[in-house]
Amino acid sequence: MTADSYADNQAYVRMEGICKAFGVVQANQNVKLEVCQGEIHAILGENGSGKSTLMNMLTGIYTPDAGQIWVGGQNVHFASPQDAIDHGIGMVHQHFKLVDVLTVKENIIAGSSTSFILKSKNISREIRETCSRFGLDVGLDLDKKIYQLSVGEKQRVEIIKMLFRGAKVLILDEPTAVLTPQETTELFTILKRMRQQNCAIIIITHKLHEVMEISDRVTILRRGEYIATVNTASTNAQALTEMMVGRAINMDIQRRPARLSAEPVMEIKGLRALGQHGVESLKGIDFTIYGGEILGVAGIAGSGQKEICEIIAGLAKASSGSVIFQGEEILGLSPIDILRKGISMSFVPEDRLGMGLVAGMDIISNVMLRSFQKKKGLFLDRAFGKKKAEDIVERFEVSTPSVRHVLKKLSGGNIQKVLLGREVDLEPALLITAYPVRGLDIGASYHVYHVLNQQKEAGVAVLFIGEDLDVLLQICDRLMVIHDGQVMGILDPGKVTKEDVGLLMLGHKAEASATVDADHEEVPAV
Amino acid sequence: MEAYTSILLFLQVIAMLGTHVLFATLGGILCEKVGNLNLGLEGLMLLGASFSFYVALNYGNPWLALAIGCLASLAGSLIYAFLTISLRTNQVVTGLALTIFGTGVSSMLGKTMAGVSLPAQIAATFGARSLPVLSKIPLLGPVLFQQSPFVPAAIATAVLIYLFYTKTSLGLNTRIIGENPGAADASGINVTRYKYINVLAGGLLCGVGGVYLSCVYAGIWQNELTAGAGWIAVAMVIFSIWNPLRAIMGAYLFGAVRGIGFKFQGGIPFFGMKLMINAQILDMLPYITTILVLLFINLRKKKEYNPPASLGNSYFREDR
Repeated sequence: MTADSYADNQAYVRMEGICKAFGVVQANQNVKLEVCQGEIHAILGENGSGKSTLMNMLTGIYTPDAGQIWVGGQNVHFASPQDAIDHGIGMVHQHFKLVDVLTVKENIIAGSSTSFILKSKNISREIRETCSRFGLDVGLDLDKKIYQLSVGEKQRVEIIKMLFRGAKVLILDEPTAVLTPQETTELFTILKRMRQQNCAIIIITHKLHEVMEISDRVTILRRGEYIATVNTASTNAQALTEMMVGRAINMDIQRRPARLSAEPVMEIKGLRALGQHGVESLKGIDFTIYGGEILGVAGIAGSGQKEICEIIAGLAKASSGSVIFQGEEILGLSPIDILRKGISMSFVPEDRLGMGLVAGMDIISNVMLRSFQKKKGLFLDRAFGKKKAEDIVERFEVSTPSVRHVLKKLSGGNIQKVLLGREVDLEPALLITAYPVRGLDIGASYHVYHVLNQQKEAGVAVLFIGEDLDVLLQICDRLMVIHDGQVMGILDPGKVTKEDVGLLMLGHKAEASATVDADHEEVPAV
Repeated sequence: MEAYTSILLFLQVIAMLGTHVLFATLGGILCEKVGNLNLGLEGLMLLGASFSFYVALNYGNPWLALAIGCLASLAGSLIYAFLTISLRTNQVVTGLALTIFGTGVSSMLGKTMAGVSLPAQIAATFGARSLPVLSKIPLLGPVLFQQSPFVPAAIATAVLIYLFYTKTSLGLNTRIIGENPGAADASGINVTRYKYINVLAGGLLCGVGGVYLSCVYAGIWQNELTAGAGWIAVAMVIFSIWNPLRAIMGAYLFGAVRGIGFKFQGGIPFFGMKLMINAQILDMLPYITTILVLLFINLRKKKEYNPPASLGNSYFREDR
């Protein structure tokens, strides 16, 4: 289909004048969207721009305050997700709506089976038939439990589930956020095949290069408002960013050359640990980190990132190995002793508030959670805490009515700034940061990168556990790839490709090209 | 032969002593499988027990007594369902309140009934009887089918619920709600309707357990007749890892320990002597066993043994 023909074509899904408010927050304000059959339509916007809200109204999860929706030329009012399913609309949510302890098959037929008694064989056959109609390979054991699957496989289950329900419109919310480059390629192949089958596909994303790669048209939202719909072929990444952010943004992360300390700040040798179910979660981790460098850690979620962080901080036990910090063994010390030695951690788990911050307290108290350790005496010095908090708010441009504001009422980006600011303020020798930009908008993300670079230049050793490979490759001085609790290699980001990193993340060491091999033992030139 | 008879007798006693706990455990499973933690089981049992006993005593009609007992516990669970599902109140507090409520109502109703025996029609209908054919099965026959019909009914209910969960599409939908109501909702399953039906059905089963306890097993009213059986059931739901078939095991384990307590009230024979054990200690046995069982349960780490993932949470579609 050529670009111009979209205009002539009757849109299959049409949303007009959509408004939705949550309390005082206007999540959608007069938004419109048109999607045709046989089209991949990207919805681009920063966090909080109202993309997910818009889609939740198209899938019947929210009801719009105002506005009209047409599907297949018919004006519809969805009162429940079932209504949307009946009109052939299916959504793959960012947090998969799957039940871990049930099988693939059971998840796929959830709520859609018409017969009272479940006939296992018939169901398997029907699922396979659906897939072959779309030219898809099931590629899965239908009797496996969901928790035994990889993230990419779970996503495939969600897609098959929607097709099984006869979805003609498929919505994917941030589908590549947790995928490796290889899994992303595979997903895009599936989406292109569905486009050939005349499905209307909507992908919600904030990754520009993916928009450029796969979409036919893009609709841009900003702060709940409709900005524009453009043909992908007639635009570029820079123009899209400006529409999305509302101003030009410098998207270069400048990696300045590292000036390494003479002695390593931390050396980890043969670190092993047991995970939750008695399975070994770390299988011998070795690495060294110097002052004045950013060492990146890449890996699929759950490869051992969390365990490494927790062991260094003294929150979890190692079964063997050693962690030498500034020439001293710290394994077995209490978290407070480790903190006093100058190791700071800003760990951002799936929910930012899970670790490190107390949602129901104000900024001052959260800042004092750490710094009161340095003060002596029985009583808290609130004035000191207040000053610190004000410093952090100013230095990190936290937007808050006051430092007495309860943390959970701030936006995600501001909460993260408080967390990072507090840790940096302790002037650590080693800063560990995990997923520091998760959920942040572009501007805030680049601010965080800037802070990390500043820390590096001040001679701090920065251990940066991240998810976005593009960013990791840009900002890190060295990049360590871990898979299943093992170090697959420590790479020079200037010399490797994203695909090679992806292969290592999946544990395919042999297939990654030659550049990857050598460096495991290499210590950077001082 | 004598040994066989005494084993048989003991098994019969176990089945008798475990049946009301089994009903309540199944009721608890029904609630928890849709994500509703119901700590009101004890109260619901007492409602069923007291109302049915009242009707049996005053009207002498066993079926009317059963019906009213069930209605009373249904009404109790409707309050709980409305509060926790529609108004999304805290399930723990609401359940506790339900137990306090049920205990209070039953004590009030029971003031006039204490120490009076039930009319003979009740035992004639609900008491022990031999079921044709089934009672001839060796071992199982005498243990299960020469008893009050409530005993085999409890086991049949357990098996039916098991089949419902594992073999039917409605059962699958039910399990999905308890694990992830958001997923169920997005799949077009009516979460609220399923929750109401299952919580009410669970309440009904607690009521049946209460009716059995007061009108069949005890036959005489005493204040707080259940003696914590509803709480034992809460623990047995965990013991059974939410599997109705294992609930049979759990309830009868309770029956067995209770039975042992009764058996040794006259002392334990020991080389011709009799070791006397304090009656209070024997009464404690089932509760101590329950605590020990729960300790062991906690050692299991398999994913499938976890409680329904959304247990205790209210569901609101537009939550952000």
